[in-house]
Amino acid sequence: MQAPITHFKPAAEIQRERIMPGGGRIVARRGQQVNPIDVVAESVLRPEHMLLDIGRGLGLSPKDADHYIQRRAGDEVGEGDVIAGPVGIGRRVVRSPRSGTVVMAGGGRVLLELEGEFVELKAGYTGVIADIIGDRGVLIDAVGSLIQGVWGNGKINFGLLSLLAHAPDDILTPGLLDVSLRGSVLMAAYCEDEKVLLTADDLPARGMILASMDSALVPVALNMSYPIVLVEGFGKLPMNQDAYDILNSASRREVSVIAEPWNRITNTRPEVVIALPDGVRPESLTESSPFSIGQSVRVISPPYKSMVGTLTNLQQGLSVIPSGLRTQTAGVRLLNGDIVQVPLANIEIIG
Amino acid sequence: MPTSLIDADSVLAIEIGTVSTRVILFDVVEGRYRFLGQGSVPTTMGAPSNDVSVGVKAALDQLHDITGRVLFNSEGQLVIPSQPSGIGVDACVATVSVGPPLKVVAIGLLEDVSAESAKNLASTTYARVMETMSLNDRRGLLECLDTILQIHPDLIVVAGGIEGGATQSVIDLLEAVGMACYLMPKERRPEVLYAGNSALVKDVQASIGTLVNLHIAPNVRQSFDSEQLTPSQPALAEIFRQVRSRQIQGIQEIDLWTGNHLMPTATAFGRTIRFISKEYAHTHKGVLGIDVGASATTVASAFSGDLRLSIYPGLGLGENLPEILNLCTLGEIMRWISVDVSDKYVRDYIYNKALYPTSLPITAEELATEQALACQAMYLAVRQAGKAHPADRPGSMPGLLPWFEPIIASGSVLSKAPSRNQTLMMVLNGLQPTGVTTIALDRNNLAASLGATASVTPLLTIQSLDATNFVNLCTIISPVGNAPLGTPILRVRMSGDDGVESEQEIMYGSLTAFKLPQGQAGTLHLTTLHKFDVGMGGFGRGGTVKVIGGVFGVVIDARGRPLRLPAEPSRRREALNKWLTTPGSG
Repeated sequence: MQAPITHFKPAAEIQRERIMPGGGRIVARRGQQVNPIDVVAESVLRPEHMLLDIGRGLGLSPKDADHYIQRRAGDEVGEGDVIAGPVGIGRRVVRSPRSGTVVMAGGGRVLLELEGEFVELKAGYTGVIADIIGDRGVLIDAVGSLIQGVWGNGKINFGLLSLLAHAPDDILTPGLLDVSLRGSVLMAAYCEDEKVLLTADDLPARGMILASMDSALVPVALNMSYPIVLVEGFGKLPMNQDAYDILNSASRREVSVIAEPWNRITNTRPEVVIALPDGVRPESLTESSPFSIGQSVRVISPPYKSMVGTLTNLQQGLSVIPSGLRTQTAGVRLLNGDIVQVPLANIEIIG
Repeated sequence: MPTSLIDADSVLAIEIGTVSTRVILFDVVEGRYRFLGQGSVPTTMGAPSNDVSVGVKAALDQLHDITGRVLFNSEGQLVIPSQPSGIGVDACVATVSVGPPLKVVAIGLLEDVSAESAKNLASTTYARVMETMSLNDRRGLLECLDTILQIHPDLIVVAGGIEGGATQSVIDLLEAVGMACYLMPKERRPEVLYAGNSALVKDVQASIGTLVNLHIAPNVRQSFDSEQLTPSQPALAEIFRQVRSRQIQGIQEIDLWTGNHLMPTATAFGRTIRFISKEYAHTHKGVLGIDVGASATTVASAFSGDLRLSIYPGLGLGENLPEILNLCTLGEIMRWISVDVSDKYVRDYIYNKALYPTSLPITAEELATEQALACQAMYLAVRQAGKAHPADRPGSMPGLLPWFEPIIASGSVLSKAPSRNQTLMMVLNGLQPTGVTTIALDRNNLAASLGATASVTPLLTIQSLDATNFVNLCTIISPVGNAPLGTPILRVRMSGDDGVESEQEIMYGSLTAFKLPQGQAGTLHLTTLHKFDVGMGGFGRGGTVKVIGGVFGVVIDARGRPLRLPAEPSRRREALNKWLTTPGSG
């Protein structure tokens, strides 16, 4: 069976859909060059409507009032525009109290959809609009180093990468953050102090890429204005060597931080894309593969969580693991040379 | 050679869960239905397949390897009914729990009455009530309209008016629904389920019938003080089927195999529990079923065929797991952990498990944490579901589970636990039964599939509800009352049918097991030494009861109801570990 591949790629061709949950207006065009914070589509954030009682306004029965309604569903009206009338000697009219669009008219009433606040869909990636997807979003082609995360706080931004981790398991402390980092995307290993997140917000930072974070910080992280991506998960977990090496070689390069929550239904997950230096040829991505010997894999649970290695064997039948559970296991040769047996369910293919 | 009385022979049951997709083959062997084998693979709703039928077919390949049964023809289509050559199956049923909970808006006349019933009805499927609207809502028509548009629900449940009650107010409530649906693109309009005053059905149809996919169900509030959710559940299951067919690729194909009878896993689970309750009607107790899954924890309690089904997506052990922290404190989870781990460890575990719901606990600490989460999920679910229990049931006491016979426990976390002791302790601590009951484990997690097969081949359901599939863990007696710890509260004399007798005084705070081989009958003579209710008809009353031995024989759980654990963490862990080994090895 095919298993998904998590990517830690030094140079990749990336194609991503950026989709709104509902319909809206696409503001980007095919072939347009975009950067991560460019708005590509928008939809009404909170719909707001106003019901105008035309019969009452004109002093007529609902049935009679319908004859005087001048606007139809779909008509745009400005504030003060006449919607119905005039009627009688006094030439009574009903005007629109606010600008909006008529969405329903009849029965002596007019329903207006008011111009409201829009929610914007950002491009997320530096790239080119390859296609428009109906009224829902766009398809973007991008190239860069790609690091896929496991958790994101829902924000998107980009900036120059500043490295704050000198080892895959360094702890990020507030003292490491100073004004020289303003406008940067910060790369670090582990964060256990909410002051770090708040200080970064005050700078302000444009993003934060962490190996892991104390789960108690989730509510704070969700409220930060900048994107936060976790590459490994929660608890003190070192960054896997593949991701660390890519990030460590990208100091001061432009990096996009797309901290979308991981959603297996919509196929979105947090990602970090780093602009490539000139002359580097990107590889196309393979999104899935059956498990096979020799593959690079990452262990996703303790006691080897976030360690990468090579698949050495796939056990046939069920084996008993230290917790006592019976399951299919696989052998993984870790980077330190140790071969460990872990449940097949607890490893993922990386590449 | 025995002659089979069964017409439809082989049955394929498909269960598409959040984590795993299972296919199970039943066939008639020597005149009765047997569980022949199963295939199980990870569910393929997400990347890279994005099509649940891919997983189903992979599981069927596995089943083919195990049983040798050829199910597909040369064009790759499932053959139904089976051919004389032996290819195919005679019937196929399927249940589904995968997918996000349906987004629901519940509407009723009065917030505490019919709106509450609409909410309760929604909770009988995999749904999340996002908003409730009623006449005593302070919001006006337009605010309700805007709210519906913003939520963009999958389903709107309307329950308004008792039979012979209000009429116009119900129609007024529907105005916002009609307007909202009119403003949505046709293909994205919600399903609307009307389960209110039956006199208004025609008016409701005239009001919104052309705008939405309107479903009509019996009134959930026939009168002011009675709520009847069961008759409306088939309509809700049908809506679930339709929504999932649109939402999830591959469901439609599987649904076709079943003749459009695919159903929510929890509904099918409830059917089995209802079925068992009819068999146990003579006990005058209810039957309790609990299914702890990745997508939700389901509680099904049935009283002589009257089913109360409650589904809690926030208590699933998969991607929704962090939601449990909104329903209880971390300490309430920690209290069930028998090893020394920190708060931080448990919270991190919860968040990491949500990232990788298919991962398995490797270490003892992880396993203890996962089992504590299952225990707390059951604890919260049965207490919430208890609000729907009839108040006059035998053994009803405030805050405690009423008497049930039997209790059926289902879900991988229970059935695949490394030891049956762990399973038993999760069930005892999480449910805290009272009186005299039997705890049965759905060892192959078949309860839901058997509920689905009941409509196709009821005989399969009947014949499969046996000890092969439902392991009797023990008969349990749980005295209720108050006394200082260590006080003798009960004298128990057990006479096995083999003539072996044993007698013991039971101290308050203890957990004691009496050996009685599995399936063997025995008689318990209970003499209360204190004013405790042991399920024999009142406080201080003893008596004689016939029991059947389970894996752990007969267990007297005198630890108190509600169970009070030592406050000091190391003493609590010591107690949990002692109880884990008390019933012997299962």
